[in-house]
Formats: sequence, structure tokens, C-alpha cells
Amino acid sequence: MKKTLKERLAILSDAAKYDASCASSGTERRDSGRSGGLGSTEGSGICHAYAPDGRCISLLKILLTNFCIYDCAYCINRSSSNVERARFSVEEVVWLTLEFYRRNYIEGLFLSSGIIRSSDHTMEELVRVARLLRTEHGFRGYIHLKTIPDASPALIEEAGLYADRLSINIELPTDAGIDNFAPQKHPARIRGAMGDLRLKIDAAAEPSFRGRRKRFVPGGQSTQMIVGVDGANDATILASSARLYGNYRLRRVYYSAFSPIPDSSKALPLIKPPLVREHRLYQADWLYRFYGFAVEEITRTRPDGNLDLEIDPKLAWALANRERFPVDINRADREMLLRVPGLGPRSVNAILSARAHKALRLEDLGRLGVSLRKVRPFIAALGWTPLRLVDRSDLRDLFAPKPEQLSLF
Amino acid sequence: MLTILLDGHGELAEWRDAARALLLAAIPPEKVEWQGGDAAAGDLFNGQMTSPSPLPPPHPQAAAPTVPRAFLDLADTVICHSDPGRFALLYRLLWRLQGERALLEMKADADVAQADRLEKSVRRDAHKMKAFVRFKELPDSAGQPRRRFLAWFEPDHFIVGRTAGFFQRRFTDMDWVIATPKGTSSWDGQQLRVDLTPASKPDLTDAADDLWRTYFAHIFNPARLKVKAMQSEMPKKYWKNLPEADLIPDLIAGAEARVREMAERAATEPPAFHHRLHGRRKDGP
Repeated sequence: MKKTLKERLAILSDAAKYDASCASSGTERRDSGRSGGLGSTEGSGICHAYAPDGRCISLLKILLTNFCIYDCAYCINRSSSNVERARFSVEEVVWLTLEFYRRNYIEGLFLSSGIIRSSDHTMEELVRVARLLRTEHGFRGYIHLKTIPDASPALIEEAGLYADRLSINIELPTDAGIDNFAPQKHPARIRGAMGDLRLKIDAAAEPSFRGRRKRFVPGGQSTQMIVGVDGANDATILASSARLYGNYRLRRVYYSAFSPIPDSSKALPLIKPPLVREHRLYQADWLYRFYGFAVEEITRTRPDGNLDLEIDPKLAWALANRERFPVDINRADREMLLRVPGLGPRSVNAILSARAHKALRLEDLGRLGVSLRKVRPFIAALGWTPLRLVDRSDLRDLFAPKPEQLSLF
Repeated sequence: MLTILLDGHGELAEWRDAARALLLAAIPPEKVEWQGGDAAAGDLFNGQMTSPSPLPPPHPQAAAPTVPRAFLDLADTVICHSDPGRFALLYRLLWRLQGERALLEMKADADVAQADRLEKSVRRDAHKMKAFVRFKELPDSAGQPRRRFLAWFEPDHFIVGRTAGFFQRRFTDMDWVIATPKGTSSWDGQQLRVDLTPASKPDLTDAADDLWRTYFAHIFNPARLKVKAMQSEMPKKYWKNLPEADLIPDLIAGAEARVREMAERAATEPPAFHHRLHGRRKDGP
């Protein structure tokens, strides 16, 4: 008997939930105010709900089908799994997206698919969903399409005309890991596809002789790495991310802690997902992208190349580089202020703006919303010197959590 | 002491007119008592309200007051806050700005910090409204040329006017009404209307909610339970108007058992089509 739409929605959202990305930000600004269609993207993304796993639900994140001819050990949809299979028609996905959008459940669609028949056939179906939404229904909400590794360039090109973001998952941080756990995937071809897409995005950004730029994947490309499947340490993972950011100008690298899946492969023992490690990787990723840290600076603090799980990587760097502190918040430049544990870009801007008018005291920082407990040992302010607090041997204990708080279950 | 009475429904104009007159008459902030919004209504019922004063005439030597653009932007947002002290705070800032032109950049100043806090909380409320409004289709929508939707939302602050444009730019091809205890916004394809009289909660169901609840339950990964992270972004006060929220307690309660079940299930024999695809070799790498 054919499964109902609701039953298939259950199966195909179960199948999609191991992809961490749900972002709807960073694309162009557009709306339906004048055109009269449906949908808008106005800069910041919107999370329309949160699941009890703490993750933002911004997009309708589903698979077109979870039938798949690949057998990647970590994946719920691998061909050797006995998970229930289903598929949507292209029209059903379009209908669900529009009806969900009209009720303000979502910002748009994140559509992916298992590989059926061939890469081109699968990619064609994904593109058809996006084309119908944009051209038949005047949909101006967010669309994120997964690109299928070996799909033809013409299809990728068309996908880029409709989608805000395209992504292709690198899956594991090392080529050896991919060969081992995703035998049908080819790391070189995945990187090739990322490189081609980067060139296309760059070319579209070049103004033509009329000074116009082509609209092409305005939200850029992203990828995902699964953490905790192969033995790669954090230094390897972050170096791999840095290459992806640098070489392919990815907007985001998502880290996804390998998580137990129904009917898992014998090759991968079920473990609690390393959520703290995943969190530390995101923090390190942020330090690399927005705080001016080099990857080696972050990963050098421990001999095994892994991040400290107990304290955040910025604090770990500060404790390993105590001679750089205290930082005088009335004199230090932006780069150094950003390295103070407890200060983020927003508070650094507020400090720079406020100190132009008067020298700042600790209380002033408190009013800027800075946590004094965190920054006090690392800064000097008017009327405050931390008295070699940085040399204290118990500094780590001031911040490291009590052991029992580490347990997540 | 002058008593200024305002509606206090998040509109800047009434405050601005009063503040301009007070400033031109050189009335210092400590000589003004501001009343408005819900607090004023409460006083009215208790019979404790002082009668409003007429606006004073301008001081003979008064120069036209000027303020930085940034102040007007800030005031436009802060005025939407439900804090009864917002009018006085803004007037104090306006007064001080006449002498301290760079005041707004002094983020550590107590008044500026307080205004920034109110601004942030209004912005957050507006953001959450854009996120958590849920439209339900009206039952008579089917025969209409444009589909018709209705939503009920309970904001903390007076943000119905602020958010109306967003919904119009987004849901342009449908008719909609967003009713709240702080007023109603609506769009019919021609005109965007904002009415600040309190509305009451309509009783409506929409069959699509069932599909949405299915999605919500299945996109959740029970192996990554993080209840606190969810609640900091989706506080419980919003739950009563979210069709998916009553699933949450059961999802949380059942999570551990689902993970345990996954762990205890023995690995199964791959399905037939896997063997056809990859031959009869061993499962896995």
C-alpha cells in the first residue's frame, strides 16, 4: 500500500536530520512587496522553531528520496540499511514548501536526496523543484539545494540560478577516511565540484560590460564534516576546514558529531555523539574566521592536537600565552582586544567607541554587558590591575567546570 | 511638576511632539512626569491618575533643538518597549544630548546602557514575532480569489506596527490578519492596516498543522537532547500559540529510550537491493 504524504514526510525528515545546516542567512535581500509573489529574505535568517535537540528549525529540511545506491557507513540512508524507504514527487515537495511557508513555519527549503539511478537524474529532480518554486509559483523564500558530486556542470549551473545556497558534503576530514567509510565517494571529485562552483560564483560576481552582475548562488556554498567517525584529531579537522575556506571560499563548514542512527552499520559502534567536541570545533572555527586566530595557534595548546573539552579554545589559548596579558582595555588595539577571553566583536566595538570619550573602569565594562568574572584576570582598566593574577596556578580551575557538569546525559 | 499623558502604544510621534515642546520650554527632565500605556490605564482605574498638564509655551530664547539621527532611530525602537520608564528615559537622553553631543557613543553611561537594553529587547521581541507567528487558513478561504489567513500572537512590547511591513513584503499574495492583545495588523493586497486596539484570541484550526507537527517530531534527533538550548531560544511563554510545542514534553521523555533501543538492536542483514548493487560482499568497508 502506498504510504500517505504524512508517513513519507516522517520518513524523509528522519532521513534528513543528520545534516546540521539549517541556515537561511547570508543571501541577497529580496521580497514580494512589488512583484506580488510569496516570500522574502531580509538579511538575517529566522529560526521558526527549535527542536528539543537545541537546533534551529529554519528550513523544511527533507530528502526527495532516501533510496540510495551509495553505502556510506555513517549514513542512515546507506544502501545496506533496513531503514524504511520512501520518496516524494517533485510536485509534493513544492506543495509542502509553499503550504509550510504560508503558515510561517519556515524560511524556505533545504532539499537533498539519496542517489537514485544516476547523479544526473537525481540532480535533475532537485533542480526541477527549485525551478517550479521560482518560476511557476513566484517563490522568493530561501532555497538550499544539495549538489550531487558527479552531476553535469549544466545542471549545477541551473541549480545556481534558483538556489540561495548550494552545498556538497566533504563528509570526513581526511581522504583516507572517505575511502574507508564512503567507498563510492571520491574526495578529489568532491573538491573538484567545489572548485568548479567557486569559479562559477566568482565569474557571476564579475560585472559585465553593462556593469551588471549575474545572480548566482548569492548565499554561497557550504559543506559538512562528520566528527568522530574516523580517528582524525581536531588539528586535522580544523586544518581541513581552513583549506576549504581558503581554496573554495566556503561560507560555512558545519561539524556534525556522529550520532547513533537506527539500524547502524557494524563498522561503526554506537557511541554518545561527541557534542562537546563538536561545540569546541565550532568555537575554534569562529576564532579562525572572526577573531584573527590562525588554526595552529588554536590547536598548538595540547600535544595530541585535540581541543581542550573542559574550557573553550580562546581561554585555552590565553592560559597558554599568559605573557600576552593583562591587556589594557584603554590602549590595546582591536586585534588584541579580540583575544581577551570574554570579549566578542560587539563588546570590542563598544569598548573602542566608549574609550574615545573617557578612560574605562571595570564598572563601565559591566554596563557594556561584559562578564567581569570572565575578563577580570586578563585585563587592566582604570583603577584595576589584576596583580599578576595571570600567574596564578589555579587560574584554570576558576573557569573549568566541575567534572559532573560535563556529563550530557 | 508637569504631567504628560501619552497613549503609549509604540508610536514615536506623540512622544516627540511633547518632548519637543518641553525642550523648547526648557523644562528639565526631573520636572516632568510621563504617563502612558498599560501603567496609565491601571492608574485610571485606581483613580490615582493626575490630570495631564497642557504643553508649555516655548521659552523666548529657545533655539530649535537638534538631535543626531541615531537618537531618532534609537527612540523609534525604545518607544515600543512596555517599560513605563521609557518616556522619561528618552526625554532625559534628549535633554542631555543638547549639551553632550557624543552621549550615545558612551555605551557605558547608565542612561545610554539602559536605552540600549530596551532597544535590544524590543528588537528581540520583534524578531521572535517574525519567527513564531503561525498563520491558520480561514475555512472560507477556498472559494476566494486570494487565500485568507489569520494568526494570533502575544508580544511583550508594542511591536505590531513595527513588524507589519515585514509580513506584507513576505506574504504579499495572500490576505492575512495578525491579531494580538496589543493591536492588529492586516493586509488585503491593497492596504496594510495597523489598528492598536487590543484584540482577543480567535478559535481556529488548520489541517496543515498536523503535517508541521509530524515534521517537527521527526527532524528532532533524540541522541542530541539539549533542552536548555531549545528553551533559551524558544522560551515557554511562546509555547501556547505554537502548534508544535505540546509535542515537546513527550519527545524529551522518550528520547533516552529511543537511543537505548538503537544501541541494543543488533545489526541487521542488508536488504536485497543492497546485494544487487554491491554484490555479496561484506557489509561495511
